[in-house]
Amino acid sequence: MKTAVVVFPGVNCEHDVVQAMSALGGEVELVWHRETDLAEFDGVILPGGFAHGDALRTGAIARFSPAMREVGRMAAAGAPVLGICNGWQILCESGLIPGAHIANRDLSFICRFEVVEVVDTNSVLTRAARPGQRLRIPLNSYEGSWVDPSGEGRVVLRYVGDPNGSQNRAAAVANTAGNVVGVMPHPERATDELLGSTDGRLLLESFLHSTALAGSTVTA
Amino acid sequence: MTTTQEPIHRQLGMTDDEYQSVVHLLERDPRPAELAMYSVMWSEHCSYKSSRKHLRRFPTEAPWVVVGPGENAGVVDIGDGWLAALRIESHNHPSFVEPYQGAATGVGGILRDVFTMGARPIALWDQIRFGPLDEPKNRYLFKGVVSGIAGYGNAVGVPTVGGEIEFDDCYTGNPLVNVMCLGILRSDQLVLGTAGEPGSVAILLGKATGRDGIGGASVLASASFDDESGEKRPAVQVGDPFEEKKLIEACLELYDKSLVVGVQDLGAAGLSCATSEPAGRAGVGMEVDLDAVHTREMEMTAPELLMSESQERMMAFVEPDNVETVLAVAEKWEIDSAVVGEVKPGNMLTIRHHGVPVAEVPAASLADDAPLYDRPAKRPVWLDEVQSKPGDHPISDIPATLLDLLADPGIGSSGWIHTQYDHMLFLNTVVGPGADGNLLRVRGTDKALAVSTDGNGRLCYLDPRIGSARIVYEAALNVAVVGAKPLAVVDNLNFGNPEKPEVMWQFKESVEGISQACETLEIPVVGGNVSFYNESGGVDINPTPVVGLLGVADPMPADPPRLSRAAEQMEIWEVGPEPTGNLAASAVQRLRGSLHGMPTPPDAGVAKRVVAIAAELAHIAPVLHDISDGGLAVALAEICIASAIGARVQTQHPFSEDPHRFLVVARPGVLELPVDIARRIGVVGGDEIVINGAAAPLADCADVWHNALERALGPS
Repeated sequence: MKTAVVVFPGVNCEHDVVQAMSALGGEVELVWHRETDLAEFDGVILPGGFAHGDALRTGAIARFSPAMREVGRMAAAGAPVLGICNGWQILCESGLIPGAHIANRDLSFICRFEVVEVVDTNSVLTRAARPGQRLRIPLNSYEGSWVDPSGEGRVVLRYVGDPNGSQNRAAAVANTAGNVVGVMPHPERATDELLGSTDGRLLLESFLHSTALAGSTVTA
Repeated sequence: MTTTQEPIHRQLGMTDDEYQSVVHLLERDPRPAELAMYSVMWSEHCSYKSSRKHLRRFPTEAPWVVVGPGENAGVVDIGDGWLAALRIESHNHPSFVEPYQGAATGVGGILRDVFTMGARPIALWDQIRFGPLDEPKNRYLFKGVVSGIAGYGNAVGVPTVGGEIEFDDCYTGNPLVNVMCLGILRSDQLVLGTAGEPGSVAILLGKATGRDGIGGASVLASASFDDESGEKRPAVQVGDPFEEKKLIEACLELYDKSLVVGVQDLGAAGLSCATSEPAGRAGVGMEVDLDAVHTREMEMTAPELLMSESQERMMAFVEPDNVETVLAVAEKWEIDSAVVGEVKPGNMLTIRHHGVPVAEVPAASLADDAPLYDRPAKRPVWLDEVQSKPGDHPISDIPATLLDLLADPGIGSSGWIHTQYDHMLFLNTVVGPGADGNLLRVRGTDKALAVSTDGNGRLCYLDPRIGSARIVYEAALNVAVVGAKPLAVVDNLNFGNPEKPEVMWQFKESVEGISQACETLEIPVVGGNVSFYNESGGVDINPTPVVGLLGVADPMPADPPRLSRAAEQMEIWEVGPEPTGNLAASAVQRLRGSLHGMPTPPDAGVAKRVVAIAAELAHIAPVLHDISDGGLAVALAEICIASAIGARVQTQHPFSEDPHRFLVVARPGVLELPVDIARRIGVVGGDEIVINGAAAPLADCADVWHNALERALGPS
């Protein structure tokens, strides 16, 4: 059950995601953004960072990378797709998650632990969690405030506080089917007690479990 | 303003004597491009002409030193097949002229110094100093610098895990922005700034060259400030962290595949430096074709191309067979590249533009024949009077003094700053911002690297030798309290105008102080930077050496001490010599607007012993905290605030900042400390901080401490 981690120029969390997923027993591989064939993968993660230097708008250029056509195909086929931070911004620009991101309410970059609450377990990110469960996970973003005039985005994680002005205090949002999720805090940064929290494991395990299911469906 | 009548060499910041040296060396008048090259390479910033003589005093050798001072970064062996590369640099003058870009490009420059060595940069530290925040200009500079560091550091993908901040009147006209970077590399991946053998090809990688930063090293960094500093804004470079990020990844791939013989970054002095230094080091000549340089502005002249300090550029020296592969790696990472030159036998650096030679100079002469000054040094006459005033102060109200100190933006929480920096990337940050020393684990080993950066301009003002030694000892103790043993030092020497004998004296004394402390601790200085001409309106800054000290924790403590782990009924011990009532250069003096007295000198024997005790205790005790700014009272309050619990202690001099002291907190019976140097001073518990029977409510302490910086900044 293989997960692709797509590397756009300017991305910087790719190695952290690989490290955290591998530690949980996942099989993950870095894939360059010019890749045109992701057929061997059962799931895909777009890691955090500054794809293409956030030129024009966060995610605005990355959505045109060849690999994103494959990500779109996989999303449509029901494969698990997760965008973390900048990855979520790319998913929004690609139309795979409703809405867009604007600068944090206080116009400052925010890097600190935040507490989020699970509000919906019907997604590849939250399926292993309990509704109402609280998780401590680091936020690390400037354009972290999600807005969705359509009202179609389904919030699956919500900030307990209101760090950045995100609509409905959304920390993670899923598509209708629940196989595509964007999350602003970084679950991979909360996988080791020594670094302050292991709450992110539950989310990454949910995703791994989802790829296993997706893989077995395809094989069957 | 410079008048047009002035000869070109003076406009370029060169003295008449220096110009004559060039004439003598070339045995003819220099051409414009040659003059441009000498003017930047012989600038104070690049040539260390006023400081070189004194820097030789530093101890630089140790069995674990792989690369000492003189290369782009120092490199030390940390065992298990790993090396660490470290470097510190200043970007003071650019940050005053344009705070955002000045600070941002400071970050970019220090990163290149480290990945030039073959290392992946893993962490950054910033040491920033400003005038008091009640002045709007200082708030503007402070906010601009913090945004610049955040904007560049976050986007380039290297975590900023710590640093320090100081506010003092002397930095009002001349803020200090120093940046330190640490990188790690496998021992077989070391790359040096050499041009290699004749036949090697020079490939310029990265951003296109423009007119930004022309004369940054000479005109901006090596001169004092006046009212026209704003007009120097075009000499400040503009940073692009996205280009730098791609450049880092491309270079690391080149190193991985062993495709380069040497690499030199383009920082101060741009192409002039990146051609002459590698050729000079390798003892070879070189031919460079300026028409091949990729540019982003039209009709740049040869002097402009040679002096430009456009950012995010690297020069790679490559064997002819590897040129195609190197260009393909650049193409993959979407960075521009151009073959711009070839290494030649002999020693001449020949530069062509539009097909004709515009410079023909001995390559090594640009670096090696730079002037060397032995500037006069004289102990300032005012020092006797300042030192002879008593350094003690009566303190009638301990809780009120404590609250005043905690509300000071130089002491209160730095959270406003470090929550704007990505300090968690790479999943190595075990002890992050806000601690004495930062601890970064080294994956695949049991080890961790610890770093502390320290400076204290006020202490060094009262006695530069004592002050400079004490900051080294403080940094050593800071890495010890997270479990590390000191390994190496880099220093950034920020001083005033070296043409004043008093400033030169401060500089020499400071170098002596740092050297003595390093000798005591048996650690080498592996690199550094000198920033002179930090003066504004004729007034020099306090002498402000800043040290960055690297330590190794081997093994890393399984559960490293943290300020937040004090709990009910734990014992509080003070380790170190009994403090005196000396408050010279203390935070209490700063609050009262005074600065006088003779600071307590360090004690070499005690320093070593205390550092060793702390490094051992870090494996046992839940809380260790260095005593520095604001003395024992502030150190205790910081533990109480982080742990959300009060404490009750007895101590004779709660605000003394005498050196070599730390607090340790643990369950009763856990600690067995030598009684000649440690004393039990109290217990944890309650919701007040009670010192000698006088109580400050913990909630009040926490409130002023948490909000110190925001309140000083006022509404935005």
